[in-house]
Amino acid sequence: MKGKQKILVAMSGGVDSSVAAAVLLDQGYEVVGVTMKLWGGTSDTGCCSVSDVIDARRVADQLGIQHHVFNFGDEFDTHVVDPYVDAHKRGETPNPCIECNRHVKFDKLFRRATALGFDLIATGHHAQIIQQPEGFRLRRSVDLKKDQSYVLHMLEENQLARLQLPIGNLTKDQVREIAASLSLQTAEKADSQDVCFISRTKGGRKRFLEQHMAMTPGQVIDSRGNRISNVPAVQMVTIGQRKGLGVSGEGEPRYAVDINVESATVTVGPKADLYYAETAIVDVQWIGEPITGALDIQTSAHGHTARARVADKIYWEEPHKKVASGQSAVFYEEGTVVGSGIVSRS
Amino acid sequence: MVDEIIYMDNAASAPIREEVIEAILPVLRENYANPSGSHLMARKALRLIDDARDELADVLGCKAQDIIFTSGGTESDNLAIFGVHSAIGGTVICSATEHHAVLEPTRSVGGKVVNVEQNGAVDLNHLADIINDETTLVSIGLVNGETGVIQDLKTIVSIVKEISPGALIHTDAVQAVPWLDMHLATEYADLISVAAHKFGGPKGVGALIVKDQTKVSSIQLGGGQEMGLRSGTHNTPGIVGMAAAARVTADSKASDTARVASLRDNLADSLLEITNTFETGVRLNGDGSVDRSNKVAGSCHLCFGDIESEALLFLLEQSGIFASAASSCSSGAQEPSHVLAAMGYQRELARGSLRLSLGYKSTEEDVNRVLEILPDAIERLRSLGS
Repeated sequence: MKGKQKILVAMSGGVDSSVAAAVLLDQGYEVVGVTMKLWGGTSDTGCCSVSDVIDARRVADQLGIQHHVFNFGDEFDTHVVDPYVDAHKRGETPNPCIECNRHVKFDKLFRRATALGFDLIATGHHAQIIQQPEGFRLRRSVDLKKDQSYVLHMLEENQLARLQLPIGNLTKDQVREIAASLSLQTAEKADSQDVCFISRTKGGRKRFLEQHMAMTPGQVIDSRGNRISNVPAVQMVTIGQRKGLGVSGEGEPRYAVDINVESATVTVGPKADLYYAETAIVDVQWIGEPITGALDIQTSAHGHTARARVADKIYWEEPHKKVASGQSAVFYEEGTVVGSGIVSRS
Repeated sequence: MVDEIIYMDNAASAPIREEVIEAILPVLRENYANPSGSHLMARKALRLIDDARDELADVLGCKAQDIIFTSGGTESDNLAIFGVHSAIGGTVICSATEHHAVLEPTRSVGGKVVNVEQNGAVDLNHLADIINDETTLVSIGLVNGETGVIQDLKTIVSIVKEISPGALIHTDAVQAVPWLDMHLATEYADLISVAAHKFGGPKGVGALIVKDQTKVSSIQLGGGQEMGLRSGTHNTPGIVGMAAAARVTADSKASDTARVASLRDNLADSLLEITNTFETGVRLNGDGSVDRSNKVAGSCHLCFGDIESEALLFLLEQSGIFASAASSCSSGAQEPSHVLAAMGYQRELARGSLRLSLGYKSTEEDVNRVLEILPDAIERLRSLGS
């Protein structure tokens, strides 16, 4: 056993992390599985439920590796759930998976793994780590449909150096094939939802936010400030929304093009008003030297990319649909993450 | 992982006694008939249960007909609280440090929770404040499962009876059987829960001692076994095993308790030399030594500052030492301790709790091994952060 590298693999109870553990075992690592209990609420979806812990445990049993459960509920509340609610109070649309990765998986878990004597950690994310002359870089999965590099963009070089993403070079179909060939009991398990602490079966995001914050009733107005209707909760309206704003039916379709919690207004306008040549961003971070030329930019977890330059703002080559403030904009050059920023209101 | 096993989790479940295995095996092989039947084999099985009931009554110091066999501590606690509330209504009171098997039923019948002091003892003034003539049941565990703190049941009962003479007393005594004279429970309480696996018996069997069965309703209906209070086919091997475990435990209690207390004192005193370490539920003597007289002999429960017990338990396990912290939830994750919270411990410090619970099998070598491993683990975690 001596000389084997010890690796702690985060097992959510899904098929991806199950196969990640199997691949690492096959590669000769000394593998220990851990499931993070993140949420004490009533959600029964995603990575937080008892049944997922059981799935992870049974897969670990099948693979013959140790399995532990770590309760990072306090960290999850502090760094993911509370900021998620606070951002919605400001009328922003945050991505809680990014904050979970930043603070829980790749900070808390990294520190825990180090303290417990592990050399490396691994997850079942669909993304690749490549070693370039200038250092480690994060790259899209070979399966572009499942690529999760967007939610991992914050990983720094020193983290990438100690992280393994064993399924990043596999398609989802290949992952399921490996799981089936090993008879892993998660082989046919459905993919998890993104926001694990919001149960779809119990009223979803709306119900969750209603339980955690006061909603602001507001007015729907047009671009000239004419009042059109009322909405019960400004924070629940999303950019591009058409229904529920009292604007359906007559004439040219109109969409929510701006949401302002402070003034309690939702501005509606024609589709053209949703498209912009520029997007304001803050907190721009580059991995390596800043790049002034055109890049591929992705502004949501499952969104398409569009070509743009990054300077004080994002300058799109083609008019780009408005992005909700609070979302991360991730910059790619030929499939490799080179930087990021946070979309702001102005 | 090492092959050596240092079992420091006796309060979660004790190793089964050899005598118990010997007693159970022939029952499993031969006495499989349903004890509620009428034929010879059934009557033989019933005879075993009657004998076990007599044996258990003798050891615990109660009447045989007061013993209701159940599936364990949780069922006994549920039967006590729901059973009394259903039969006579009124208000139930329990302490804030009770096991969830008491706390949850109490909450669900709209009961009240009495505070504890920092050393874990029930706050007697608060108890007197919240009892009134509506109070029908007061449930106070004789020994706390997490901290090992022993409650002064005699004084508690005198307070309860003075204010509400008709109120019944329940005590969850599952942690007391290995260490205490059970008259401390049977003399003062009207209802007493015990569970076999805490004292060297098998899992899935326990008992509720009920002194006045007119004041308890069944919560499980069926064939009317156990005086109608607990329907369901008897667990013959489990019941036989529990009686055997109770007998062996009682016979060696005095010597086990003295021997284990000395091991525990050595363990706890040595661990207290680690900086920023606190022992729960104890008092300090005038000379600076620690008075553990209100804790059971097997309990060594500490809080380490700047430590997360999950990480500590992981490192201990890698060295073959098996212990626990607060209670685990159904996912297996460590949950923040409601017991330490009730005793006024800050959440940060409570996160670093460790329960090393010794038992009849614990040895000096076990303690030495823990003392060899644990201080280094603490130092490692504190220097690296976890």
